[in-house]
Amino acid sequence: MNSKYNEALKELLYKIADDQLIIGHRNSEWTGLGPIIEEDIAFSSIAQDKIGQSRHFYELLHKLGEKNPDIIAFTRSEKDFRCCHLVEYPIGEYDFSLMRNFLFNNSEHIRFQMLCGSSCKELSGLAKKYTGEIKYHIMHADTWVNQLGNADVEANSRMQSALNECWNLALGIFEEGPYLEILREEKIFSGEEELKNSWLEVIIPKLEKASLKIPDTNTWEPSLGGRYGYHTEYLKPLLDEMCEVFRLDPEAEW
Amino acid sequence: MKSLDPRVNRINPDIEGVSNISLENPDEWITYEVFHQKRRGEQHIHVGIVHAPNPEIALILAKESFGRRRQTANIWVVRSSDVYSTSYDDQDIFMTTPEKTYREASDYYCMDRIRKYQKEHGIVNRKELKEAKEPDTK
Repeated sequence: MNSKYNEALKELLYKIADDQLIIGHRNSEWTGLGPIIEEDIAFSSIAQDKIGQSRHFYELLHKLGEKNPDIIAFTRSEKDFRCCHLVEYPIGEYDFSLMRNFLFNNSEHIRFQMLCGSSCKELSGLAKKYTGEIKYHIMHADTWVNQLGNADVEANSRMQSALNECWNLALGIFEEGPYLEILREEKIFSGEEELKNSWLEVIIPKLEKASLKIPDTNTWEPSLGGRYGYHTEYLKPLLDEMCEVFRLDPEAEW
Repeated sequence: MKSLDPRVNRINPDIEGVSNISLENPDEWITYEVFHQKRRGEQHIHVGIVHAPNPEIALILAKESFGRRRQTANIWVVRSSDVYSTSYDDQDIFMTTPEKTYREASDYYCMDRIRKYQKEHGIVNRKELKEAKEPDTK
């Protein structure tokens, strides 16, 4: 296996795992504060699922020669993270967090469907393993978006503002990395553009059903940079908090 | 009561505008009874309730509240108000008096009559029939 292939695969794995870890950590901030106890449980559980998924991707990276999962997750600097800007934003109000989950989870579901056919067997195995879990995540997000979008005027306008706020951030999910060609040639992953188009096909009817409208195409400005280590001002404080205990003693046995 | 967590804002029933909230008639979601099925084909068993505004939300909440830590094939939710029940005041309707054993199968002794009938009609019982087919080879 040549080194270029390895670099491309690692880049893809880091992107997927970092998105999961950061959105999982962000969403865990709702634990204990959810609107009702049943939703608190569901939302927190989904957040934990994401962190669990990221662990498996970090383990795969470890097999490819990277450091162990804890070191990767808790000791890298902001510049080394490959997550998109959408997952970095603070939780805001519940409408924002739900809309972010809706947009992100639907993209992740399609990404994993694409990866089920990947030539990298470990990667397609992981994608298949998590299909059911992510299916519930989109079921949860879709149901809430539909419910609130079709509720009263206040709920609808809150969800619409959340969608407007999230939109360009969400487009940043699909920032193409530096290894597109090799990923395609080796049939590891067919690229972000294809993912984005499938995503639009899936979410637009769902949003219409929820009486919500995506912003006009002439206002689309993807929030880029995350996949190359350029992040929003919100990532650094998140990492400081998330890694605080681990960094006190990275050698400690847990 | 004020929460110790600075991020939590609880509704204060004393402040103006929200004093009309009453516990007797709460403006809240309804409850759904949750039934859990472990394996396809087995019966659904009642496991608890969730609060939700409609059946779709009830299902996604029930999945995490009752399905995440045990094997699950299927979940039902039923609006609590759609469940009809007997009254605990009428619990005595389930009391069975000990003098009613004639209503239970165990109270009937009839093997002697069955054997007599079999003998009269040359019917060999199942056990004997089996032994006849597979004679003891010892």
